[in-house]
Amino acid sequence: MIEVRNLVKAFGVMPVLRGLNFRVAEGEFVAVVGPNGAGKTTLLRILASLTRPTMGEVTLAGYRLPAQAEAARKIVGVVSHQPMLYGDLTADQNLRFFGRIYGVVDLGDRIAEVLSIVGLRARRNDLVRKYSRGMQQRLAIGRGILHRPELLLFDEPHTGLDPDAADMLDNLLEKVTREGRTVVMTSHDLTRTAKLASRVDILSGGKIARSLKRGELKPGELSKLYYEVTRG
Amino acid sequence: MAEGVGAVSGVGRRSALVGYLRVVGAIVSKDIAAELRSRELLGSMLIFSLLVILIFNFALELDLRTRQTVTAGVLWVTFAFAGTLGLNRSMAIEKDRGCLDGLLLAPVDRSALYFGKVFSNLLFMLIVEAIILPLYSLLYNVNLLHPGLIGVVLLGSIGYVVIGTLLSAMAIQARTRDILLPILLFPVVLPVLVAAVKATTGILEGLPFEEYQAWLSLLIAYDGIFLGVAIVLFDYVVEE
Repeated sequence: MIEVRNLVKAFGVMPVLRGLNFRVAEGEFVAVVGPNGAGKTTLLRILASLTRPTMGEVTLAGYRLPAQAEAARKIVGVVSHQPMLYGDLTADQNLRFFGRIYGVVDLGDRIAEVLSIVGLRARRNDLVRKYSRGMQQRLAIGRGILHRPELLLFDEPHTGLDPDAADMLDNLLEKVTREGRTVVMTSHDLTRTAKLASRVDILSGGKIARSLKRGELKPGELSKLYYEVTRG
Repeated sequence: MAEGVGAVSGVGRRSALVGYLRVVGAIVSKDIAAELRSRELLGSMLIFSLLVILIFNFALELDLRTRQTVTAGVLWVTFAFAGTLGLNRSMAIEKDRGCLDGLLLAPVDRSALYFGKVFSNLLFMLIVEAIILPLYSLLYNVNLLHPGLIGVVLLGSIGYVVIGTLLSAMAIQARTRDILLPILLFPVVLPVLVAAVKATTGILEGLPFEEYQAWLSLLIAYDGIFLGVAIVLFDYVVEE
């Protein structure tokens, strides 16, 4: 599903990603962990075609980025730090807008379904600016899955969620993985990551420094390895 | 076989066009719905425009003849300043809560996003102008209900919004976006404003069409050039 070769991204003279190689098979759930500034968000933004790579090859489901980004964006759903929602519109209006952008068929039914999944059906006619941070994040998750994307990119999606909403997100992530969708998630929560993902990649020094499959990890081992890798 | 391939590619093109227009329409209706709720953009543009024409009215204390000669300048200064407010606000809504990224994720050519914003910005600017023109007529006792003038206002506004939307997308990335937009916009849009002022003066003074035709042609040419430049550059301006 994802093939990244020798990816370099520099902002000015400051390289963030330095020849990164990254591969994700269809239906895999890969978590990318790393310290602040390691380039996790940059990697996700490049996969989402929101940022152009400086060098290297990026392919999503056979589509090369950035040349075929328009086609690739159809199959990608993104949930980021920011909710990407309009404060002066209601939850329903926001989802209707993004549904139209993606050309979602049976939009009314799909909006109702998504609002039920994220637990906001009763608040669908409230303005988003009146939502709490956690509710906005729930709706952002709804926006990310609205068009039934094959590839989901989650950038620290648990940020700002209360325990109930975090559990809802965990269940949703397990559900979409069971459905055969591919997930790439960045996180600082090593315990949650080890529980959810089928593979954990540790990003350090602008490259994937370690890649660990779920079966290879003993309880508590991820934290030990993480600190070994990131502290050099 | 070739006919079949042609038919398929024809259907593909039609469906791509439908998708493109759907995105443009979705952005315009989203902006209208948000504005109907907040009334921030139109409200600030209208109040600002009213204040400008009132200040000019009291500051200049002109006789009827002089009023007619300064009308074009006062009108376009008002529209240009109010337009800058509107463009800044319109793009700030997209920057807020990361909405611009949400738009950029749309599976469509990014010029559709640009046209969506152009149409909504143009609509808001024309609404303000439609309110300001009769008010100006009343305050200055100058007849502005002239079909030619409406055409010039439309052409001038198109040129202003077409390049203004591109530059506001550029300025929004900066911390000093409120001051950056006019600094970037006014030097670039100057030919449009000069042509619009000259054509407006020609119409209001009842000059023969041939005398201001060149300014109209310049206005149309700049509208076309700005549109072409903006379509090519928009993708690069909004992407990191």
